Amino acid sequence: MPSEVAAARFRPGDRVRVRAAHPPGHIRTPYYCRGHVGVVERLCGAFANPEELAYNRPGLPAQPLYRVRFKATELWPDYREDPADVVEIELYQHWLEEVS
Amino acid sequence: MNDPARPGPSDSRGYYRRMQAAVEELLILKGVVTAADVDRQVAAMASRSPERGARFVARAWVDPAFRARALADGAAAAGEIGLEVGPLRLIVVENTPDVHNVIVCTLCSCYPRMLLGIPPEWYKRRAYRSRVVRDPRAVLAEFGTEVPAGMRIRVHDSTADMRYIVLPMRPAGTAGWSAERLAGLVTRDSLIGVERLPDAV
Amino acid sequence: MGGLPAGPVERDEHAYEQWEQRVDALMMLLSAKERRLLRVDELRRNIESLGADAYDRMGYYERWMHAIVQTLIQRGVISIDELGRTMAGTGGDDAE
Repeated sequence: MPSEVAAARFRPGDRVRVRAAHPPGHIRTPYYCRGHVGVVERLCGAFANPEELAYNRPGLPAQPLYRVRFKATELWPDYREDPADVVEIELYQHWLEEVS
Repeated sequence: MNDPARPGPSDSRGYYRRMQAAVEELLILKGVVTAADVDRQVAAMASRSPERGARFVARAWVDPAFRARALADGAAAAGEIGLEVGPLRLIVVENTPDVHNVIVCTLCSCYPRMLLGIPPEWYKRRAYRSRVVRDPRAVLAEFGTEVPAGMRIRVHDSTADMRYIVLPMRPAGTAGWSAERLAGLVTRDSLIGVERLPDAV
Repeated sequence: MGGLPAGPVERDEHAYEQWEQRVDALMMLLSAKERRLLRVDELRRNIESLGADAYDRMGYYERWMHAIVQTLIQRGVISIDELGRTMAGTGGDDAE
């Protein structure tokens, strides 16, 4: 029986870029991080894809979900507070690509 | 097409309240729920409050091994002390002298409700959700909270299946206090991260 | 909406009315494993479909009630006609 869980491609410490795509529908990838680069903080597990669940579809295979840490200065070009500040966001694997 | 914000030709006040009553009536007729189910659920939600989070934090303060387990798996640790949280995946983020944590859900209003109950109104509104990821210190200042220089901020955007609670630093001047007494110091807003707890005098 | 400009945080607290607490309860009951009549994801999609204007003019539990009804209609759990008739039956009496 085929696995209903997609294999995890990333590990903590990996640099990843959030795809700069803008599909319609229910998306749990905030606009403000699309196209930006962060570092994987942890793998949270695998979960059914909410984009599909939103239309009463099974959302399988389950997608690995990661917490990705972004520097505030990366997200906001005019960031005026502490340059060490970060924003950490849970992102599904199919939104992430490797950074070479 | 009807405008959901301006429903009905005449008295739209109470429109959604009438809708709620009608939906509940239909679902009861269809055997989907009973009125008692709804009553019980209302009571269950009302029984969940920040006091549960305060107990959780106080236990972490007095018991270092519990604290370590809470940081590794918040839901399992909560369960150990009788705080049942259902299928909630709880991540505990600890404040330190170098790091201050703040929680938000920019996409909607995700919150660890099964532990803490219903979130405050401001947490669900645009102002907080839009601004705290971009200007956290300015937003915290509106709560009367100052993050000292040299302390960096981690903002956690609760976008998916995890839920978060801040483990504040234990206030100074509390040596020897019982967990119950310590729990009395912990506020809801310190668990979200918009408040820092003052030292006990 | 993260990062968009917005006004100051208003810190009013709000005691929810009975009907609002019952909206919350219905959401929990209908999405629970035993029933799975809707998913929170469907509710969120229906709220997002409101558009910024309606979203801003509606209260929090008005949005969730709208979303619950849309989802139950989409799923075929209730029909628009029976809902309309039942609402007309309960209409005219707004007493708690």
